Amino acid sequence: MNEEIIIAGFGGQGVLSLGKILAYSGMMQQMEVSWMPSYGPEMRGGTANVTVILSDERISSPILKQYDTAIILNQQSMDKFESSVKPGGILIYDSNGITRHPQRKDIQIYVIDAASESAKMSSTKTFNMIVLGAYLKIKPVVTIENVIKGLKSSLPERHHHLIPENEEAIKRGMEYIKKVA
Amino acid sequence: MLVSPENLVYTKTPLMTDKPLSYCPGCGHGTVHRMIMEVVDEMGIQADTIGIAPVGCSVLAYEFMNIDMQQAAHGRAPALATGIKRCWPDKYVFTYQGDGDLAAIGTAETIHACNRGENIAIFFVNNGIYGMTGGQMAPTTLPGMRSSTTPYGRDVALMGNPLKITELVAMLPGTFYVSRHSVHTPLNVRKFKRAARMAFENQKLNKGVSFIEIVSNCNSGWKMSPVDANKWMEDNMFPFYPLGDIKVNGEMVSKPTKAE
Amino acid sequence: MGEKKLMKGNEAFAEAAIRSGCDAYFGYPITPQSEVMEYLAAQQPHLRTGMVLLQAESEVAAINMVYGAAGTGKKVMTSSSSPGISLKQEGISYLVGSELPCLILNVVRGGPGLGTIQPSQADYFQSTKGGGHGDYRMIVLAPASVQEMSDFVKLGFDLAFKYRNPVLMLSDGIIGQMMEQVELFEQMPRATEFDQTWATTGKTPDRERNIITSVNLDPAVQERHNHKLQAKYQKMQQEEVRYESFDCEDADYLLIAYGCSARICQKSVKLARAKGIKAGLLRPITLFPFPTVEIKRLAGKVKGMMAVELSAGQMVEDVRLAVDGRVQVAFYGRMGGMVHSPEEVVDALIKHFSIG
Repeated sequence: MNEEIIIAGFGGQGVLSLGKILAYSGMMQQMEVSWMPSYGPEMRGGTANVTVILSDERISSPILKQYDTAIILNQQSMDKFESSVKPGGILIYDSNGITRHPQRKDIQIYVIDAASESAKMSSTKTFNMIVLGAYLKIKPVVTIENVIKGLKSSLPERHHHLIPENEEAIKRGMEYIKKVA
Repeated sequence: MLVSPENLVYTKTPLMTDKPLSYCPGCGHGTVHRMIMEVVDEMGIQADTIGIAPVGCSVLAYEFMNIDMQQAAHGRAPALATGIKRCWPDKYVFTYQGDGDLAAIGTAETIHACNRGENIAIFFVNNGIYGMTGGQMAPTTLPGMRSSTTPYGRDVALMGNPLKITELVAMLPGTFYVSRHSVHTPLNVRKFKRAARMAFENQKLNKGVSFIEIVSNCNSGWKMSPVDANKWMEDNMFPFYPLGDIKVNGEMVSKPTKAE
Repeated sequence: MGEKKLMKGNEAFAEAAIRSGCDAYFGYPITPQSEVMEYLAAQQPHLRTGMVLLQAESEVAAINMVYGAAGTGKKVMTSSSSPGISLKQEGISYLVGSELPCLILNVVRGGPGLGTIQPSQADYFQSTKGGGHGDYRMIVLAPASVQEMSDFVKLGFDLAFKYRNPVLMLSDGIIGQMMEQVELFEQMPRATEFDQTWATTGKTPDRERNIITSVNLDPAVQERHNHKLQAKYQKMQQEEVRYESFDCEDADYLLIAYGCSARICQKSVKLARAKGIKAGLLRPITLFPFPTVEIKRLAGKVKGMMAVELSAGQMVEDVRLAVDGRVQVAFYGRMGGMVHSPEEVVDALIKHFSIG
């Protein structure tokens, strides 16, 4: 198994932490993992992206040009990364704020309205977990049990009470993802 | 034996080596070296003392002081002292620096070591000139004073003002003892030695930096005889850099004087 | 087996510092390596091992604090990124001249000047050919994974004390910022186990005083000192060359890359082989001493070599010196934060050698 993912959106959307949780979950599942962020002074509102690789083998390049899966959370990222999905690959996006929807015919496209779903939950911070759930529904590369284990090892103890809410968000994401093309 | 122990009135401290001093006749460095070494000797702390030599005339201070020493890059002695003292809080650590080293290229290291309150002693020899490189303007060169790079006198409008860094560091909360001395008369030498002793004793208290300036002559650089240089120093340097305690036990004892 | 964690390269370096029994870290913040000091501060190393941590007023002060502490025989380190490493060069030259051991990490970013905070490998010349003034070398270790960001701390200190010379870890923004699994080594005692009869710890009656200095006003003495230093560098060249080979033995074309570029090129080798091109990769782990002998050996076996660096081409000069005209040596690289993809490297290889 070798899964190469780009997650891209605004700073403040939890892009980097979504990638981190995925990497932790992969580690819990005895996979090799790498997490490479676009780093720098990216603050709320700026663009942020992270490349996550989960593999059964030693990982070579942490920097990629093409991805098995692209998770796209704003328009700039759509413009930048739609063309980077491998033919036959997967593109998942949140349509909130998207003015130009994906055009490719040679990939599978899914939409998850995580922003509006998270607004219905007790905290909009569950946004990125809804996205994670949507992704795992399409590509079950890690089990929910390992995601929970990953959350436990990545979150400080004082935030562990938030784990059930995150689990709920993952389930909602699995439920609400829709295939577009 | 020509000198019997009961007749002995003076002997060189064994903490000064037998190496002939490289300083010009009449220069204050040799006396300052000897007084610091006498203090270390009298306190019996040779095995626990680490000194830092600067870049400048006293670059080879370690040739003359019979203690473990390190030689620093220009201006960086307080950073070396910080590194040593942080790793060896029970050792006695001092820097020995000139005016160019401490108050020009090393200003940042001086200010920040003083501001952090490193538990070290800083000995600062101020002769108003770059001696080793041949008498160029120093940060402490007086207004109107001639040097090889101010051959018509220091014009403060062009070259800026002399820096009273001793008064400056006295205002920092990290300094515990700040005092200005000279070594051109026996009385002044004795006063300096008492101050040097205090600078080492203070390190036991862990209360911050002891900073001692020694206003000295550079008769070669000033192009005067040693005696004339001392007279010139009294008439010109002391009014601008007045001798005496500035801060004792962490309390200011004299108001900072303004540069005229 | 040691503890396994998911960490950034910079964090793994910092954790390894504590575990290596390091006595002190002196640093100054700069992107992309600020996590080193932040991680150390959060860990409170003075409580864990007694390790000293101090944020200096500048890179200049930090390297000179390292000098002072290293002169007392302590195991000390600093870290920075390119512009900050430039500021440290004077201090590094003094450390070498005074024969002091220490570990320095450079998480390289693009330049010249303030440049970009994005990854680069443009400090190769500065790292391997001297950097500061005078005729000197340092052992330069180039980690290519988060694991090596940890492992090379231990190795680096061992080499620094073996030769009484600074060791530089030449990393980059990718290796520093990425997270991977790392197996951490066990906590080592902080007591420095190396011979330190030379250190300035205070003169005792049983020995002559110890002096840490790099001044020799007598040119004949200075020349003798330089010859002694040069002999150390020769010994390093005989004993410390390290490299890693991927698919080299049957390769027609050899990529040569270190650090993050070596990671990218590992994928390029796979992509090239999928296209039927027999590519291999030689990854120098020590950039000084450089794996000259191995590259020379491979030059007799391959049709062409290509050095791949995130720079305008620096290491390629050492490759060409090693090859000495036996085979064509091409270069491919992007600069200043633009990172080449594995595909771009394969395309460049095909183009340079007109393959297929």
